[in-house]
Amino acid sequence: MSKTEEIVQGVLAGDRRSIARAITIIENNKAEAPKLIASIYPRAGKAHVIGLTGSGGSGKSTLIEKIVREYRQKGKTVGVVAVDPTSPFTGGAFLGDRIRMQELSTDPGVFIRSMATRNYPGGIAKATKDAVKILDAAGKDIVIVETVGAGQSEVEIIKVAQTVVVIHAPGLGDEIQAIKAGLMEIADIFVVNKADRENADKTVMDIQSIQQLNNKEKAWRTPILKTVALTGEGVPQLIEKLEEHRQFLEKEIEREKSLLRAESELAEALKEKAANTIIEELKKEGKFEELLQKILKREIDPASAAEKLFHRKFKRAANDAET
Amino acid sequence: MQSARKIRVLIAKPGLDSHDRGAKVVARALRDAGMEVIYTGLRQTPEQIVETALQEDVDVIGLSILSGAHKALFPRIMELLKQKGLTDVMVFAGGIIPEEDIPEMKKLGIKGIFGPGTPTETIIQFMLENVPDRT
Repeated sequence: MSKTEEIVQGVLAGDRRSIARAITIIENNKAEAPKLIASIYPRAGKAHVIGLTGSGGSGKSTLIEKIVREYRQKGKTVGVVAVDPTSPFTGGAFLGDRIRMQELSTDPGVFIRSMATRNYPGGIAKATKDAVKILDAAGKDIVIVETVGAGQSEVEIIKVAQTVVVIHAPGLGDEIQAIKAGLMEIADIFVVNKADRENADKTVMDIQSIQQLNNKEKAWRTPILKTVALTGEGVPQLIEKLEEHRQFLEKEIEREKSLLRAESELAEALKEKAANTIIEELKKEGKFEELLQKILKREIDPASAAEKLFHRKFKRAANDAET
Repeated sequence: MQSARKIRVLIAKPGLDSHDRGAKVVARALRDAGMEVIYTGLRQTPEQIVETALQEDVDVIGLSILSGAHKALFPRIMELLKQKGLTDVMVFAGGIIPEEDIPEMKKLGIKGIFGPGTPTETIIQFMLENVPDRT
């Protein structure tokens, strides 16, 4: 058995070292990565994937710790992928989400992995999605993805999560109105954490009023829950809602979101493959630097250059097929 | 496109002391040097530290301890790393570790010991030169 096959077997058996190694392989985009994902993909798809997003200071990590404990009480196994931003200047990252969850580190039914965004342009890196697949295939009942809800890119979480939970806390300085509209729309569950604070009820009302502005008819009515993560208050109710949503997902409307996710992943994979193939060819022909210079000199814009390269590649492929 | 290899480091605080300024200074310096740093927070048991290192598949572990309990905790940590098959992870330490204990710690397999006042550049240089190739 090759090393990759060993790791795949280990992942499917739930071996923690294999899971850790597998995530490293896909994160570093090693040569074995595509084969690894292809091998585990058929066995994924059973976990309930929950995305948790919210600004720093909302108490996400503390809340996740309580959520995981609650699920563990119910006998479920949980994987957590905690994502933090990579510094655009240094390329490094401080991954501190584990701090609030460290008591869970020795629970064999919990697997926590910290990941840096590594400056992936869209926000939710392919590596994050693949890490979720690995934890899923390893048999985790629940996989939680935690991201920082700052900026447009966190709407991307819909591409990896089946249930999106948006967490807010009163008095964070950013008013509800500042929450990106996209985030308001994709939330399946709103949580107002630190609900023991004075302005918690006002925060709930603010969210409600914005919700009423969205007149869209939705099959799932997004609830607004209150929690106090530090004490665990409100967490059992949150789990109930999560369970409710999971059951809702097993019915119809989820089809649309699933199709969206599948399409998005396919498109990403195609884009990457196309770009890599065509650029590699251009480099081999020694014409790559030349083209970059043309773009810098504004002789051609990037989109038009891509169009030309694309057509050239297709013409060549057609010619090759004929000969 | 291939991601450049990132060095993943676990900065851990074994034992009961709550002085983590040094650990955080080192963590930030390593981040600024382009590494991905996982910080455990305070009061970690050897079991927690080793399990975290396993799940996070780190290349390096930095142990920060100021309570004097290194002689009790470090051997346990090194033993657990061996048990779990994490022998290819480099371990270094910092904090308050008396000179006379250093040879013993090095014999356990701890590759570098950096006391208070060590310039962060020294630690970064050491890491870049000694980080294991775990592929």
